[in-house]
Amino acid sequence: MSASDHLIPVVVSNVVEVNPIIKRFEFKHVNGDELPAFSGGAHIVVEMLDDGTKRKNPYSLMSSPFERDQYAISVRRDDTGRGGSKFMHEQVRPGMEMKISAPVNLFSLDLRAKKHLMIAGGIGITPFIAQMAQADKLGVPFELHYAARSVSQAAYMDSLADRFGDHVSCYCDDQGEGVDFETLLSSQPLGTHVYVCGPKGMIERVVETATHLGWPAAHVHFEHFLAPPVGEPFEVHLAKAGIDITVGAEQSLLEAVEASGTPINCMCRGGACGQCETAVVACDGEIMHNDHWLDEEQRASKQLIMPCVSRFRGKRLELDL
Amino acid sequence: MTIQFKDESFRGDFSYANSPSNIPRFPFPFPEDEYMYSTNIEPHHAARAGSPFENAFDVDEHYVAEMKDRALVLAEDPGRCQALPHMETAGWDFVELVMVSKARDYPDLFKLTIDGDRWHWINKPLQIDDTFTFGDSSTLPCHPMEYIGRQVQGDHAILDQRDGNLWLDAGIITAQADWSLDFDVGMNFFEWHAPVPLAHELGVFQRALKFLLTLPQGQPSRRLNWTLTVNPRLDTSPENYPKWGPDRMTVTPENIGEKVHLRVELQTFWRLPRSNAILFPIRTYLMAMNEVVTQPKWARRIHRVMRDLRPELVEYKGLSRYHPILVEWLSQFDDGAPTSPGIFPD
Amino acid sequence: MSESIIEESILSRPTYGTLKIVPGLAHYFLADASGAECVIRVVQELPRDMMEKVHILYVPTPGEAALITSLYAVGAKRFEHFPTIEEAVAKLGDWLSDAKMGTQLYLAGTEGLVGQGVAKGEECGLDHTAVQCEHRGSLARRVQCVHCKTMIEDVTTQPVKCPSCELLLFVRDHYSRRLAAFQGVCINAEDPTEEIEIKEVFK
Ligand SMILES: Cc1cc2nc3c(=O)[nH]c(=O)nc-3n(C[C@H](O)[C@H](O)[C@H](O)COP(=O)(O)OP(=O)(O)OC[C@H]3O[C@@H](n4cnc5c(N)ncnc54)[C@H](O)[C@@H]3O)c2cc1C
Ligand code: HEM
Ligand code: FES
Repeated sequence: MSASDHLIPVVVSNVVEVNPIIKRFEFKHVNGDELPAFSGGAHIVVEMLDDGTKRKNPYSLMSSPFERDQYAISVRRDDTGRGGSKFMHEQVRPGMEMKISAPVNLFSLDLRAKKHLMIAGGIGITPFIAQMAQADKLGVPFELHYAARSVSQAAYMDSLADRFGDHVSCYCDDQGEGVDFETLLSSQPLGTHVYVCGPKGMIERVVETATHLGWPAAHVHFEHFLAPPVGEPFEVHLAKAGIDITVGAEQSLLEAVEASGTPINCMCRGGACGQCETAVVACDGEIMHNDHWLDEEQRASKQLIMPCVSRFRGKRLELDL
Repeated sequence: MTIQFKDESFRGDFSYANSPSNIPRFPFPFPEDEYMYSTNIEPHHAARAGSPFENAFDVDEHYVAEMKDRALVLAEDPGRCQALPHMETAGWDFVELVMVSKARDYPDLFKLTIDGDRWHWINKPLQIDDTFTFGDSSTLPCHPMEYIGRQVQGDHAILDQRDGNLWLDAGIITAQADWSLDFDVGMNFFEWHAPVPLAHELGVFQRALKFLLTLPQGQPSRRLNWTLTVNPRLDTSPENYPKWGPDRMTVTPENIGEKVHLRVELQTFWRLPRSNAILFPIRTYLMAMNEVVTQPKWARRIHRVMRDLRPELVEYKGLSRYHPILVEWLSQFDDGAPTSPGIFPD
Repeated sequence: MSESIIEESILSRPTYGTLKIVPGLAHYFLADASGAECVIRVVQELPRDMMEKVHILYVPTPGEAALITSLYAVGAKRFEHFPTIEEAVAKLGDWLSDAKMGTQLYLAGTEGLVGQGVAKGEECGLDHTAVQCEHRGSLARRVQCVHCKTMIEDVTTQPVKCPSCELLLFVRDHYSRRLAAFQGVCINAEDPTEEIEIKEVFK
């Protein structure tokens, strides 16, 4: 059973060019039904049928969780990628029918928090737009600190500042502005939870600074917009199915397993949820663990792999599938 | 479909009983002739018309009487219904799930009309007709969890999800098999399961938690759990142990068939949308041994399960005092013939 | 006071570590007489300029003064002592209500004190996993009577008689962090005529 077996048919109701690299896509249910309610920080998996290739990418919902007649996501164009975001940018037009998964939240607000401190970098702003709507409605104090490379790339900066006023502080690299994490994280009332979504380096800075200042790990939350890395093609033997498959350079192991018609669980497709965890029957080579799920010990054991993001290099890999 | 709701009691004169037509739809908990803890979780799909798995929230002939019993318990001990302050959103998710499901599955009994935030709810069996603003607790007489919890059979726990664990942060628990909500509120999955023997060592809880943490919206799961209760008493809480404990002394070979009840919990798991919490309904079904043995397959199987039950489980489930006479009594219904797989009667 | 030895038990039963200073913007300590030496041990190692960040609350045993003097002498920014755990914990709540993230909480002493300190920290917004606890002194338990909900302090016997409802309670290892208490359940509910010997076990 996997979240993406239960897809919701939607129609693209609107496509908006937010800036040269980001587009917003709005979806409605094909029958005009209400879409499932969700919580701030949730994402959906969007299925893309690109000329015979089926891609599934996760995107955070940025629309208000209280709005059920449509969903909105924003997609950053990634020209170095395998083409999912390029497909969204170049092929997806209003009126097109697509399929999406029900919302999944791996980055939810800790509802016990006395205050929510949100830190966004670039496209990492998307989950916070929904979270702010939620925190605002719940009447819990929140603050957003949003950094972008340049004014021209700072999606939604103006509209968020208008909508949430003093709750929002913006920083643009090209204006010489930047978040002073040390000062910010030293001045938060007890009971604050911090959330960060953005480039890897930013997440690391925030986590390091918070830890150094004495923030407990349970109060620090982050989400990586991890994309399955591309790499060299490799062969895998699926022990239960009794077949050999090839994972293409621009394909993830999960996608290759799915393409072979072999059942496999998945949810986030980003190495975070743990659903796709698969036992390794035999491994002669090196597993490139790219997930955020397995711990060091599990990785070293070479007995588990997360096919949604991890790859293999070596002689033989046999999986319990 | 019309259901004749019974006027019956779960205390005092214990007039509770199953109608003959209700017996075959009992969720018999043993798919095999032996029983041990396992991570027995399966999708909660609609299954088998007439079975308790047909609808999201099963309503049966005991509905009205069970809700009366709940009201009695809450009047005596308000601590059976508790929610930590951050669980209000989850309470509303619970309201929505129950109202939408019941209005869809039992249109002759329940009716829901939604006009934006204005909700109009009619519960015919309990004679409730209320209008309220969804999400605004001041428009309900009590916490949303309590409001809807008084209208749905079974106990309900709501688990907050954070830090890779589930936290028992709210519940309305009046028909429990010997655990205290007041004591367990705020605990995590491993802590509230701490008293269970053997299962931790078997890895049952680690696997179950991993599964639940990624439970998707719209894809509920279920499992069955069971114990035995003397007399058809719903409230076997530790709080009231001095009231029901002595019942265990009253079992004799002569009265065992009517006294000892198989108590089955149909437990389901639901991801809640706005709170990202998990709703855990624990729906209890009671059936006297005399009723169980009317189904020959169940009679044979329950004898074998009870006979071979691990001593740790006999002790943990509180069966020690009457377990030997129960096995002896059940043996008369077991001719040694093989039983068919699965839980449904032949 | 000797180091504590707690037998392995079920997963809800807390276990304790050894206090160790970790990075933080402020360091709050709460101890009773059996835990005072743990506080002195870790605070003494701190550089002088760190003392500005140290705040100590103390619950002495009645009539005892030597440890008060020693704790006072470490030179914390704030040092206060109270005759009961309850008052000291309430004071901790006052202090924490103005505190910032990066505050560290250290608890040392009997289980009753440690448990109530953790519960107060959590109430003030500090996740329990972030609180450092060291157990010292007696293993006397704080017990909630599950029947009448009375909190019974300093229980040393198994079973124990509830002072309020008078039922004879079996003291379980099942522990509630929110209540900072073990669970007491009637030991002879099924057969109230059963006689049970009361033994001193939590020393
Ligand atoms: C929970 C979650 C939420 C997300 N939400 C959003 C969102 O709201 N908006 C959004 O725009 N994205 C979001 N993402 C990311 C998104 O799912 C896609 O990964 C992203 O759009 C890129 O997809 P793609 O198909 O174009 O490229 P992909 O091929 O999937 O990924 C491309 C990435 O691979 C790496 N890469 C490519 N080529 C190489 C190479 N030769 N060597 C090394 N590395 C290379 C680059 O880092 C590049 O960023 C989210 C991801 C997750 C897990
Ligand atoms: C997530 C919601 C769940 C809640 C709130 C819950 C709650 C409880 C509680 C309160 C008890 C009694 C413990 C005691 O003795 O004090 C219990 C027992 C038990 N639980 Fe759970 N549980 C949940 C899910 C599960 C799951 C998914 C499993 C899967 C294997 C499971 C397996 C068990 C078992 C085997 C027992 C012992 C029951 C017996 O022998 O009668 N539970 N549970
Ligand atoms: S699908 Fe979530 S970790 Fe792989």
